[in-house]
Amino acid sequence: MSSGMIFGLTGLAIFTIGLFGALVMVEPLRRVLALKLCSVGGGFMLVVAAWRAPPEVADPVPHALVITGIVVMISATAVALALIRRLHTLEHDSDD
Amino acid sequence: MADPLLIFDALLGVALIALAIAVLVVRDRFAMIVLFIIFGLMTALAWVRLSAPDVALAEAAIGTGLAGALMLKTLHHIRAAPAAPVPVSVGVVFANMGFCAMVFVGLAIAFMATSLEAPGLAPQVAQNIDASGVAHPVTAVLLNFRAYDTLMEVVVLLAAIIAVWMIERGIEQAPARHLGEIYRGFARLALPAIVVIGTYLLWVGAYAPGGAFQGGAALAAVGLLLLLSGLYRPQPAHRPIARLGFVLGIAVFASVALLVASGGRLPFEYPPAHAKTLILLIEGVVTISIAVTLAALFHGREPEAIPVSETRA
Repeated sequence: MSSGMIFGLTGLAIFTIGLFGALVMVEPLRRVLALKLCSVGGGFMLVVAAWRAPPEVADPVPHALVITGIVVMISATAVALALIRRLHTLEHDSDD
Repeated sequence: MADPLLIFDALLGVALIALAIAVLVVRDRFAMIVLFIIFGLMTALAWVRLSAPDVALAEAAIGTGLAGALMLKTLHHIRAAPAAPVPVSVGVVFANMGFCAMVFVGLAIAFMATSLEAPGLAPQVAQNIDASGVAHPVTAVLLNFRAYDTLMEVVVLLAAIIAVWMIERGIEQAPARHLGEIYRGFARLALPAIVVIGTYLLWVGAYAPGGAFQGGAALAAVGLLLLLSGLYRPQPAHRPIARLGFVLGIAVFASVALLVASGGRLPFEYPPAHAKTLILLIEGVVTISIAVTLAALFHGREPEAIPVSETRA
């Protein structure tokens, strides 16, 4: 058992929980959060893949990929949340 | 399991899984977002344990802090909507649960069968780091060895802000809650400190964990504080400046790549003698672009010439 093994399984579990949430949840905001959980799970796998037992240094290439992924994810989140706000406004207006 | 740090890792792993489940099952949507923020900070802690401090910084600042602020803003906007519109049937839930369990088992078997000791690309990075112009391997990968990825990442941010401005065109925002004098006082105290932290993160990225994205996120927090405390209100006249901010990073980044290519080299193949200067220039402008774009993503709607209430009347 090592840190990499523990967090690798954690990352897989988080990815699966996020996948389940994205499939089952009906609330838009919660579904976006579930997809974010998926992305964190994916990030976990890359960080674990880069990890080496302590005396050795970690592989910087997957780290750069995860940082890229985080920035892409905030862009996707911002667009998804803007769509949710727009959708809400449209639904709210039709009620009047 | 004698090593106390391994026990810590196992507890942190369990806490992360429990928080991920809690995010999905908690009823109150405000609690959901707060739990997600806690989850993100715990993730950053786990990534520090996996010796990835750069990624942990980016996750804490962008993936958790800014994303949390964005979600709280959205929740404020949609708070009138019912929390759970239509419940999903139990059969669908169990079918998906079974499906996801199979996905987990399959991935876990694949993961356990994979060696964690593969050499990876670390040796190649270590060999070429002297020619890259910076001493920190992650910055070298981001700004030199795989600079094209980073350029595209900034393009993705630009695409996001264009999409958000188009989606939100003409819609009325929920009126922002008025923040009290204490909050303004806090903003006045905190702003200079955050500016210093953001610039430091950018500068230190050359030889230690940090860099354009973490620094840009810290500077975007300045924008958020200014917007939230009402110290800055976006005016239609500021649109050209904002647009310049959005494209500045891409423009300088791409021009440097083309300039290098025109000298008989490949794009992004900086001459080693000037690599540090070029990387710092790119990082500086990209940081400004990231900060402006992230703050604009938080603000959402483009500042419009005509007040929204008049166009809707």
